[in-house]
Amino acid sequence: MSTALDSIVNQPYRAGFKTDIESDTVDKGLSEDVVRIISKKKNEPEWMLDFRLKAYRHWLTMKEPEWPNVKYPKIDYQDIIYYAAPKPKATKKSMDEVDPELLKTFDKLGVPLHERAALAGVAVDVVFDSVSVTTTYKEKLAEQGIIFCSFSEAVKDHPDLVKKYLGSVVPHTDNFYAALNSAVFTDGSFCFIPKGVKCPMDLSTYFRINTQDSGQFERTLIVAEEDSQVSYLEGCTAPQFDTNQLHAAVVELVALDRADIKYSTVQNWYAGDENGVGGIFNFVTKRGLCKGEKSKISWTQVETGSAVTWKYPSCILLGDNSIGEFYSVALTNHLQQADTGTKMVHIGKNTRSRIISKGISAGRSNNSYRGLVKVSPKAENARNYSQCDSMLIGQVCGAHTFPYLEVDNKSAIVEHEASTSKIGEEQLFYFASRGIDPEEAVSMIINGFVRDVFMHLPMEFAVEATKLLGLKLEGSVG
Amino acid sequence: MSSENKIILEASGLKAEINGAPILKGLDLCVRAGEIHAIMGKNGSGKSTFSKVVAGHPSYAVTGGKLEFFGEDLNELAPEERSKKGIFLGFQYPIEIPGVTNGAFLRLAFNSIQAARGGDELDPLEFDDFIREKLKLLKMDAGFLDRSLNEGFSGGEKKRNEILQMAILEPKLSILDETDSGLDIDALRIVANGVNSIHGDDDAIVLVTHYQRLLNYIEPDFIHVMEGGKIIKTGTKELALELESKGYDWVVDEYKAKAA
Ligand SMILES: Nc1ncnc2c1ncn2[C@@H]1O[C@H](COP(=O)(O)OP(=O)(O)OP(=O)(O)O)[C@@H](O)[C@H]1O
Ligand SMILES: [Mg+2]
Repeated sequence: MSTALDSIVNQPYRAGFKTDIESDTVDKGLSEDVVRIISKKKNEPEWMLDFRLKAYRHWLTMKEPEWPNVKYPKIDYQDIIYYAAPKPKATKKSMDEVDPELLKTFDKLGVPLHERAALAGVAVDVVFDSVSVTTTYKEKLAEQGIIFCSFSEAVKDHPDLVKKYLGSVVPHTDNFYAALNSAVFTDGSFCFIPKGVKCPMDLSTYFRINTQDSGQFERTLIVAEEDSQVSYLEGCTAPQFDTNQLHAAVVELVALDRADIKYSTVQNWYAGDENGVGGIFNFVTKRGLCKGEKSKISWTQVETGSAVTWKYPSCILLGDNSIGEFYSVALTNHLQQADTGTKMVHIGKNTRSRIISKGISAGRSNNSYRGLVKVSPKAENARNYSQCDSMLIGQVCGAHTFPYLEVDNKSAIVEHEASTSKIGEEQLFYFASRGIDPEEAVSMIINGFVRDVFMHLPMEFAVEATKLLGLKLEGSVG
Repeated sequence: MSSENKIILEASGLKAEINGAPILKGLDLCVRAGEIHAIMGKNGSGKSTFSKVVAGHPSYAVTGGKLEFFGEDLNELAPEERSKKGIFLGFQYPIEIPGVTNGAFLRLAFNSIQAARGGDELDPLEFDDFIREKLKLLKMDAGFLDRSLNEGFSGGEKKRNEILQMAILEPKLSILDETDSGLDIDALRIVANGVNSIHGDDDAIVLVTHYQRLLNYIEPDFIHVMEGGKIIKTGTKELALELESKGYDWVVDEYKAKAA
């Protein structure tokens, strides 16, 4: 690759600092005892411990999946810290009790934790290593009956809701990482939007892995009751370590009749260095259940970080006339690998789904789209439209598309379009011959490429994500 | 043209290679302000290579001779710098860029070059007024502005779009590589009129073409024949007619006889 491309794609990772904060950790390794210790540290009720143990025992019988188009060294599950919490971990009644080191960390990351200074109109739950450290705007939301709190609090304060919905979309038997997560998850966010309520602000969770050798196993559960509406944002970063850390989250969404859930992610976990040393293994199970009629779940993701990404935010379209959407930009650079996509499972009548996937590969990275559209026998008049576009920057990266179709109802209309374009010397020369330098050219081409996805992000998030893509690609053109 | 006119481009003994393969093997050409030159020659003789070398394509390495623009050595200049100084290349095969609208691209190009010249940059509204005038010149529909850059454009539309860019950027030296190929009869006339109206006493044009037809509309001061990476004959516009009827072999034979 020419040096112009190179210098555009190669920017240092700006969230790569580590916070010096004393943490309470459980020794490395996983056993039934560790599961019990986690549950105990969190003062969990018996039913929660049972859920974990069942999952743990099931996990022992499972094998790590090998079908994704990614390669990484074997993970030693006994070499991971399953619980790390910043000390002191006494419960906080207000922001002023949050450790100043933490406040500084999140300020540096651009996530102010003080409500006064908070992001305009966004409520934030912050998860640092294994635990939620604070949730903003909680009281204000409670006035409308909206519950937005850490998962641990939800287990204590809203056990019936958690019991009813936990594992209802992603059962602990679902897959290897979901089973692992179900056994050892430490925290996460819980949102409940009651009947008829339109959530007045975006809800967001910010995940940060700080401890080296720790895994992050968080759990997010969002329930939107009849006629409710919510937009949820998720952001994540981690310090730069030369070892890999495992992030195996589970996200479950439930939309009842006419409910509308919009879930947006900007993922910027540490990706490892240009030689592929270090970085996060991001093995995440995200699934939404459109349970009620005319319900709608929309996933928008911008995946820029992680050494290895393996995730398929999916929609089960159970309710008649329900709608599932998946908008994705996945960028890989250096030696990053991503195998990401979605599953749209049409079960109800007149269900519709739409998939727009944009993969950008630079450096020596490898980017795969994998998507399943399944139309079950009873899903009359199902419609799906999929569009998968790949953009290659330079000569030595890879892009792959694996669309799977399982259509068992003749009335279905399923469309698939795919394209591959590239930013290479000829494209840049064309821009240059019109006075446009390589940085501007790349940014213009990339912005054009991702536009159809970014228009689905909430405004501030879109601005963030645009900047992030620019940073990630700086130095890649040459 | 008088020989007192300012020299815009001067190549002498120019040698260039790509991937170690020598293509230009000692090319001489002098282009002065106000002039129109036509370069003709067989397929593979090096016409596009010369065009791209002048514009600064990074795949080509200049290995000998000199190449100057207004007396300045071009070798150290990146292609975008050359463009900002007033060199324009109309591509034989314009590149398609999906997702980038033609209008946004044109504005960015215009503003980059304006900034380099110390001129005013235009906001989208101002640019819209400006570009509409230029579209008229080339009888292009405003719908082209909203489409992705060159994507799905017909061969002729792409070429017209190249000249639209030339009209916007007002270069000092325009090298038009087979702009006439792929144009229908009406389009050829429109594009030629466009080029003529952009051309003045301060700038120069180098046309690369296979057909005498274009030269009926854009009258060249000089015709050059390229062969084996060199210009082996230079004449006036009558030479084009002669080439059209007799082909290139006689020119090559004549050159070889002279060299021997
Ligand atoms: N990458 C390359 N490696 C080796 N030779 C090359 C390379 N690129 C171009 N060439 C050769 O350089 C020579 C000149 O090509 P060029 O495109 O300049 O010809 P041209 O005169 O413009 O031809 P045409 O009339 O067909 O457009 C050709 O023989 C071509 O095959
Ligand atoms: Mg050519």
